[in-house]
Amino acid sequence: MPFQAARDTDLRRTPTPNRPWRPTPVLAGALAALCLLAGAATARAQDSTAVALAPAILAPAPPSGVASADVPDDKGEALAVSWTASPDEAAHPGRVLIYRLLRADAETGPFVAVDSVAAGTTRKTDEHVKDGRTYWYRVAAVGLGGEAISADTGVGKPTAQWLNSTRLSVFLITILFFVFVLGYIHFAQRGRELFVRRIPGIDAIEEAIGRATEMGRSVLYVPGINDIDDIQTMASLTILESVAKMTARYETPIIVPTNYPVVFTLAQEMVKNGFVAAGRPDAYDPNAVRYVTTEQFAYVAAVNGIMLRDKPAANLYLGAFFAESLLLAETGFATKAIQVAGTAQVAQLPFFVVACDYTLIGEELYAASAYLSREPRLLGSLKGSDLMKVLLILIIVVGCALETAGIHAFTNFMNTQ
Amino acid sequence: MDLFKRHLPVFLTAAIGILTILSFFIPHPLVANPAQLLLDWAIVTVASGYVLGAANVLKVNGEDALRQRVDWPYKIVLLLAMIAMMIVGFFLSGGTHFLDAGTKFTWAYDNLYVPMQSTMFALLAFFIASAAFRAFRIRTVDAGLLAIAALIVMIGRVPVGQWITRELPIGLQLPTWASWLLEWPQNAAKRGIAIGAGLGVMATGLRIILGIERNYMREEKS
Repeated sequence: MPFQAARDTDLRRTPTPNRPWRPTPVLAGALAALCLLAGAATARAQDSTAVALAPAILAPAPPSGVASADVPDDKGEALAVSWTASPDEAAHPGRVLIYRLLRADAETGPFVAVDSVAAGTTRKTDEHVKDGRTYWYRVAAVGLGGEAISADTGVGKPTAQWLNSTRLSVFLITILFFVFVLGYIHFAQRGRELFVRRIPGIDAIEEAIGRATEMGRSVLYVPGINDIDDIQTMASLTILESVAKMTARYETPIIVPTNYPVVFTLAQEMVKNGFVAAGRPDAYDPNAVRYVTTEQFAYVAAVNGIMLRDKPAANLYLGAFFAESLLLAETGFATKAIQVAGTAQVAQLPFFVVACDYTLIGEELYAASAYLSREPRLLGSLKGSDLMKVLLILIIVVGCALETAGIHAFTNFMNTQ
Repeated sequence: MDLFKRHLPVFLTAAIGILTILSFFIPHPLVANPAQLLLDWAIVTVASGYVLGAANVLKVNGEDALRQRVDWPYKIVLLLAMIAMMIVGFFLSGGTHFLDAGTKFTWAYDNLYVPMQSTMFALLAFFIASAAFRAFRIRTVDAGLLAIAALIVMIGRVPVGQWITRELPIGLQLPTWASWLLEWPQNAAKRGIAIGAGLGVMATGLRIILGIERNYMREEKS
């Protein structure tokens, strides 16, 4: 029916359903000739394919050597199954199309297909097994001519591990880090003086609040646009308490627009704490902290609106920021506010550096709460981080030297999954 | 009362924090499953917080509108839009399937909100231009180095950069310089910052878990 098909196609292109399509005699002749040629060509092709496919319709030889092994470093919910490819894969390419993975809960079966892979593959991980149960596997080679199931059976029992050995290096470093931090906290509590370098960005926060006070304008505090599960937001909220304390002391209004409900609730607590700590709980404005939206650019629009309407004299952007960083900072620059930013988002740092007066880079954001409070225990954790940095530099140098010497064991040990 | 106000929150924070850290190293279900369960609970807790958020939006903007503060008509637009979207989402979009394609809620989101969002995002191009203008004013040696590096990278990443230096050996062509700047000095600086930030994350986490930093608790302070 090629003619019918051609006419249908044409009708779809020209929406004139009330007027049936009628080919002109010349066109009809040409189409008929084309159809005859196409029919003859198709018939020849089918004949030759039939000859070529004749050997492939036989069922393939079965795979062999089926084995199953527990996947290491997991919670006991995966088994790796491997097998030797069917000999027909090499001898008669095309005869094997896929391998089907069959699984049973008992040695005698019944075996049920649980997964399949393309020909050429000899491994598959079954991730739908339960810890402690034994499973039996067979593999079937499937082709156009049917399927052939392996005679041998692989047995496996997934087992949950108590330690992910690929993360051993991280585990050791974490333990060392905890020891360093706790050690320094212990020293600090015993009265040992700890030196912390000056961080101009944090010093500038008080300067900015002072300026806002002099100008009789508010302070805008943006705690980033991530939820509370981002540690940058946690660090930002910790700084917020100190900032709120300063604004309460100077009797300067503070505005905190937030974009996640939990951040909103915690920010309210932090600002209240700050006002209480400054001895001015009565000055706390319940509308100082407000929930805006979780949508990124709607949040930007709202915060930019606050900047343009209320003209805060100091804008503090501390937390996790993404594409909105420059939208906020440039609007703040246009309102001539003094701006301090801090983030660990490396890609956003250049924007803040350009548009803000001071920028806390990476770790300085996390150090801010300790720096502002000067509490010995918090300062101790900073010194612990510094010692860890020295150790990491040593690890990097040693790793580079060993790799250069062709020794890869250390690098492999440090690799994690 | 000290038990519920102080000790219990600190204990819960420490216990849950340590369990979550351990689940990274211990894949056994006895550790991994409770940790996953706690993470699921966190999602539920966060979701319930949206009620508080919506209430705050109504309160803050409603007050502004009632007292006719600056730009109060916009607050009314905001509240009307919020209420309209809630009605469409709750009652006119197939109940729990309101996020499916073809619902009125999805239509409103795709055809009203998304274009407005794109408009905001598009402003970034102008802000980048104005920020770059300031950044590349050469006042100090540092600013000069920044401007030179930026010039090499910007020209080296476009075809004209290749064309200008096409007669030079490959090692001296601008694209090679641009790639070198991005792959070596820039990457080294980025990784240095990332390592420092990573340690900061660990230190902050440890401080919270150990209860050294517990600003999340309202405590009476002098």
